[in-house]
Parts: sequence; structure tokens; C-alpha cells
Amino acid sequence: MTAAAATPVHTPVSTSLADSFAGTWLLLRFMARCDRVRLGVWTASVVGLWLYCATAFTTVYADAAERQQRAELMGTPASILMTGPGYGTDNYTVGAMFANEMVLWIVIVLAVMSIGEVVRHTRAEEESSRSELVRAAVVGRHAPALAAMLLVVAANLVIALLSALVLVTISGLSIGGTTVMLGGTVLTALVFAAVASVTCQLTPHSRGASGLAMGVLGAMVLVRGAGDIQRQHGSALSWVSPIAWTQQTRVFVDTRTWPLALSVVAVVVLLAVAVVLAGHRDFGAGMFAERRGRPHAHRLLRSPLALAWRQQRTALAWWTVGTVVMWLATGTYLKDIGPMLQDMSKDSEFVSQVFGEQDLSYAFVSLMMLFAGLVALGYGLAAVARARTEETAGRAEYVLATPVSRGRWLAAQLLVAGAGAAVLVVTAGLALAAGAYSVGAHDPHVGTYAAAAGVYLPAVGVVLGVAAAVYAWAPRWTAVSWAFLVLGFVVGMFAELLRVPGVVQRLSPLWWVPRLPAEAMAWPPTVGLAVVALAAFAVAFVGFTRRDIPVT
Amino acid sequence: MSAIEIHDLHKSFGTTTALDGLDLVVEHGQIAGFLGPNGSGKSTTIRVLLGLLRADAGTVRLLGGDPWSDAVALHRRLTYVPGDVSLWPNLTGGEAIDLMARLRGGLDAARKADLLERFELDPSKKARTYSKGNRQKVALVAALASDVELLVLDEPTSGLDPLMEAVFTEQLREAKAAGRSVLLSSHIMSEVEKVCDTVTIIRAGRAVESGTLADLRHLTRSSVTAVVAGNASPIAALPGVHDVVTTVDTSGTRIAFDVDNDDIAAVLTALGTMGVLTFTANPPSLEELFLRHYGDELAAAGVPEPSAGGRTSDGTPR
Repeated sequence: MTAAAATPVHTPVSTSLADSFAGTWLLLRFMARCDRVRLGVWTASVVGLWLYCATAFTTVYADAAERQQRAELMGTPASILMTGPGYGTDNYTVGAMFANEMVLWIVIVLAVMSIGEVVRHTRAEEESSRSELVRAAVVGRHAPALAAMLLVVAANLVIALLSALVLVTISGLSIGGTTVMLGGTVLTALVFAAVASVTCQLTPHSRGASGLAMGVLGAMVLVRGAGDIQRQHGSALSWVSPIAWTQQTRVFVDTRTWPLALSVVAVVVLLAVAVVLAGHRDFGAGMFAERRGRPHAHRLLRSPLALAWRQQRTALAWWTVGTVVMWLATGTYLKDIGPMLQDMSKDSEFVSQVFGEQDLSYAFVSLMMLFAGLVALGYGLAAVARARTEETAGRAEYVLATPVSRGRWLAAQLLVAGAGAAVLVVTAGLALAAGAYSVGAHDPHVGTYAAAAGVYLPAVGVVLGVAAAVYAWAPRWTAVSWAFLVLGFVVGMFAELLRVPGVVQRLSPLWWVPRLPAEAMAWPPTVGLAVVALAAFAVAFVGFTRRDIPVT
Repeated sequence: MSAIEIHDLHKSFGTTTALDGLDLVVEHGQIAGFLGPNGSGKSTTIRVLLGLLRADAGTVRLLGGDPWSDAVALHRRLTYVPGDVSLWPNLTGGEAIDLMARLRGGLDAARKADLLERFELDPSKKARTYSKGNRQKVALVAALASDVELLVLDEPTSGLDPLMEAVFTEQLREAKAAGRSVLLSSHIMSEVEKVCDTVTIIRAGRAVESGTLADLRHLTRSSVTAVVAGNASPIAALPGVHDVVTTVDTSGTRIAFDVDNDDIAAVLTALGTMGVLTFTANPPSLEELFLRHYGDELAAAGVPEPSAGGRTSDGTPR
């Protein structure tokens, strides 16, 4: 296959190196074929997002005055957390607007895709022992990892190329600037792909590997935001995050390309670490040997609920730790936010119009609670999807062949999912309060934080209820429920920027939630959501007791 | 009343017909073999019996109840071993065994310890580190340690080594001695032949043969080989004799043929007049019975049919 293998005389060193990558090309083609639909959806989504933004920006922010009004809002901590370091806000061109407001989100989307692909084709394959078959063929030790990395690079490049086409033709951005901006997003996404290739060596579980990599991504998003809030155009803290390495190119304003080199170095170093770690572990193993467990079950492990909890508790613990860290850290900024925004209101008529006379830190708390709602949806939907996994793996069937009714089994799955999501929302609220109190910001009161968080529970219930109903009636379509997360995210983050139609906004259950404490409590939508949630769960239980199990 | 009574059961998935008028009976205290290759409808039948799938048509009685509407109550009285055991990756084998037993209402700890020892299973390992055979053992220990009336076993020995298969067979005999009924689905003939009282052969969703092993053998042929001093040619003219091969050597005439079991008496009489030097007769194995019903599929796949009992297949090609 390889040149080294075909040559009759060769040194052992070169043989082993070449051999360790044997079969890479074949694997790459195989992976690309397996993922043609999946990667197609990712590509269409990202390019579609650019296309929508390009159209919206040119129609909604057609002239410089309108863009300037937008720029004046960019200085608030909430905006900084959701956008970038704010280069070019004194002359907010379309290019500067894209660079400042869209790069963060595109990086996140590409990074999530890249992490998913790396884990899916390396650790998940190894865990399922499918790659045992592959590795037994003429395939080198590092070939699957290299092929997965090449696949990720190719996917990112294709997406970047199509996106560039959109930006240059529709928004009329310069080719040079577009190249730097999109090249930067791809490089940063590849840093996270490289992070995933390291986490894949640490743990033998694909779920753990992607969880660790996603955790790094989340932390880096927070670090960048916190760093940029500390100082305009970013502080030293910002530079810790790979996201800053693309945002700090100041593209379309005063371009410098050297920060991109940081990403290249990071990718090389991380991949080298992954290769070294991979050389020190056995096939299928992590860096640490699998521990033995108890030969007898704990006395409480005796019900479907205990079993579901046992399955989910580790994931929930990690989600909770992550939530506490992020919201606690964010809370410590609340003391400075009020005065900061008041200064901005003094300077800008427009800012005071948007935020009015109220305490501007309330708006920040409301935004953080919306984030918490989205996090809870993410956890909850993943937890509901676990019911589907139990079914397709044959474990649901195994339990349902014991004297456990279908209703009891489903209730156990949903109870763990729902309670976990509720814990996350409330934890986020209390962690934010704790952060604020720790720096002496006692307004709003801790009870207000709890209420602002708690008011999201009915909306989260609606989404999980509908997801459960879809699972019960049309199990093959369970994954469609993730659309709620995307919808909630787009409506929550971009409704104003992209002028999303009101009808679409109302489709997101989160849209109906009163934004405490910035807005007043509204009981009718809250009670309405609760009623819809209960109805959706009822529909789920009816469907689940009627259908065949398993549907594969 | 029987432990399992299925009559004219139909079940389709979309346009695929899985069960097409299946009949199956398992008497109390008996071990019933349920024989058929992959995809013939065995697992579908078992899932209907467990109330997991709803039958399209036909009657199904399980321990005197309706498997769909009385599922929870009936499941207290049976245990199930799935064909492809999938366990919770982060639970140990021991935890999974305890959990399954507790869901069913209790566990005999001494019996569990005994079974773990016999099946040589380490219960402290996480399920994700178990091989297929070890996962199978976990499910078997969980099932056999429970005090129930009926065992529903879907290809329970797949992945077990021959030693463990022997342990399993012994356990089945003990279960029968304790008065339990067993439905054993399998495609391993020797296993069914060893322990089963009755056998049902399923093909394309319907039972093509069922009865006790003795009944079934009666319907088919034995293979006979004999060496006789005299002229063996009259044998070939007898009714029910097939595939005669004769070779003459110095010791006499060697004759080999298959004979319908109903006609074997006449053959023995005829042989008696020819001066038999040696004689062997082999009853049809279950494998031959089975192949007789699937011979056309084998032929289609390019595999020659077996010599004994398989020539006049009445399984119509579909």
C-alpha cells in the first residue's frame, strides 16, 4: 500500500512511521461517505446562517447611521459576552459588524461540529469495537485519528469556501478580509478539534471525551467574554481563549494576521500531545485502567427510577459543575455593570432609549437566565434522547420484560431528564446571585434571581414534553426535538439583530417566558406554558403505552 | 391449560410480514424448542409473548393471561433472556443481576452465588468490559436465579463456549425438574435435541413442523448401511426406500440407503433374508429435519442438500 512497504529495503524507523498511517486515505473516503448527510446538514446550516445574515444585514442595516446605532449597543457587558471585543464600533462597516458579531457564533458552531466528528470517528468507533475490525486490516495505529482530522479540516474548508462566496457576492466584502475572517474561524475550530483528539486519549468513553472537549469550549467562550468585559478590545485574560485569536485579527478594521499563528501552534502542540498519549495506552483503553465495581448492587438500585438516575447522574454532575462555574463567574461582574451602562446611556441617546431608566444590570440578569434556559434545554433534550438510546440498544426491552409497566419506565426517564434540567436552571440563578453577592451587589435580591430562573421551568417543560411525545409516537424522529434548542437560541440571541418574524419567535416556548427581573412577572403565559407542558407529557404517556417496543 | 398457547398469530412491520399465521404451544413443565434461522420470526414471537409488540391478528395466551394487557402481572411469573444482551455500560455484572432480580421482586442470594460460580462469571467487572459471552452469562444468571414459572430464552447460548453450554443445559434440566416451563429459541440443533420435549420449526413466520422429537422423527427417514452376503437388489424395489448405493467387494455387498420410518419394518424383514453381516441405522437428527424444511433455501444458495432424509423436500419454494 504505502511506498515504504513496497520498497524491498527500508529502515525500520521509516517503516513504522509510514505504517502507523497506513490506510489513512481509504479511511478518509469511508468516513466522508458515512457522514455525507450529517456534514451536508452542517454545511447547509452554517452557509445558510451566513446567507441569512448577509441578506438581513444589508436590508436591516442598509445605511451607516443604522449600523452606528447598533454599534452604540455593543459596549454593554451582555453584548460583549455575546459578540466580540468591539473593534470598529466608531465606524461600524458591514465587515466590522460581521467580524464583531458573527465570528463568535460561527466559531462555536464549527467547533461543536469538529469535536463531534473527531470523537465520532475515533473514540466512539473504538468504544463500539467497530474499529477493532478496521485496525485488524492494513490500517496503522494513527490512521483513524489522522483521517478524522483530515475530514474535519476538509469539512471546515468547504464550509469556509461556500461562506466566503456568500459574503463576497452578497455583502460585497473584500476577498482579503473575508479570507482572514473565515480562515480564523476555521483555525480556531481546528484548535478545538485538536483538543478533542487529546480528550479522546484520556477517557475510554466517547461521551466523556466529547463532554470534556465541549467543556473546554464552554470555558473558552466564557474566558473570552470575561476578558473583553474587563477592558475594551480585550485584556490579557481574553488572549487565553483561542476564540480571541481570531477575533483579535481586527479584520475589516485594522487587519493583523499574526494572532492566527497562535491557533496553528496550538493545533500542532495538541496533536503532538495526542500522538504521545495514544502511544502510551492500549487499544480501547483510556490513560487510566478501568476500575472494578461492586459485585452486588446498592440496596437502593431497585427501580427504573434508580436505574435512570444511575445512568444520568455523572453527566448531570458535570453539567451542574460547569453551570456553577460559569454563572458564578459572570455574577461577579454585576457590580460594575450598572454604572458602566449608566455612563453609556449618558453618552448615547440610543442606548438610553433601548434600556430606559431601569437598572441596567437587570437586563443582564435576564439575559443570563435566558442562557440558563437554553443550557437546561440542551441537557433535558439529551436526557430524553437517552430513552431512545435505551430502546435501540435493547435495554428498554430487557427492563420492560420484568414487572415494570411502560408508564413507570417512561416516567423514570422523563423524571430524571426534567429534574436535571430544573436543577440546572435554578442552580444557574443561584450561582449568579452568589457571584453578585460575593462582590457586594445586593440588588436584585437573591429571591429575584430564583424567580427569574424558576419562571423558565414551564417553558423547559413544554420542550421536554413535546420531545417525549415525539419519542413516544414517532421514535425514529426523536432527534427532531433538537430543533427547539436551535429555535430558542436563534430567537433568543438573534431575534432583534436579524428581525426574525414574530410568528417564528412565538414558536419558541422560551419566547413566552417573562424576562424577570427586567420585565414584570406575567402569569397568563407562564400558566399557559405549564398547561401545554402537562398536556404534552400526557400525550407522550398515551402514545408510549400503545406502540411496539422496540422500534428500530 | 398450557403455559403458552399461540394460534394463527400475524404480525407485520410496514410491508414486511414477520409472522404469518404462527401456531405454538408450550405445555406446563416442558421444555419447548423453537427452531428457525435468523429472520424467521422467533424474536418477534417472543416479543409478542412479552407484550412488547402488539399482535395484528390471532390469539395469544401466556400463563392463562393476555400478554399485552396483563403484561406487568405476567412478568412477575417469567424471566427473559434476550438474544443479544445489552447491559448498562457503567453497571457491573453483579449490579445488573441484582437489579433485574429486584425488578422482578427478589433474588435468591445463595442461588446467585452458586450460578456465578458455575458460569465462572466475575460480577465486579463493568458491563462495558464484558465480552458477548459474559454479557450472555449475566442475563442467564439473572434469569436462572429467579423463582418463576416460565423461562423465555431467545438464543441463550450464543457466544457461550461449549463448557458453558453444558452448564446451561444442566441448568435447564434442573429448571424442568423444578416444574418450570421453558421456551428455548435456538438455531443450534444439538442443544434443542439434548433438552427439549417438543420442537416447533418456524419458517417465514409460520410453524412448518411441530411435535415431540419422537413424532417428528416418525415423519422422516433413517439412514441405513448394511453389508449382506446375498443379493441386495430387492431392497431398492421396496416402498419407502430411497437413494440406494450398492458396492460389491470381497466381504459382500455393501448397501446404503434412506428409508421412510413408516416402512422400516419391511426393510428389516427383507434384509433378514439376505444374510446380514453388519448393520447400522441412524435415526434422523434434528438437523436433518430442519434442513429438510430449509433445503430449497440451501439449494438456492448453492449448498448441496444433505443425503439423509432431505431429498423429497415438501417445503415449497417461496
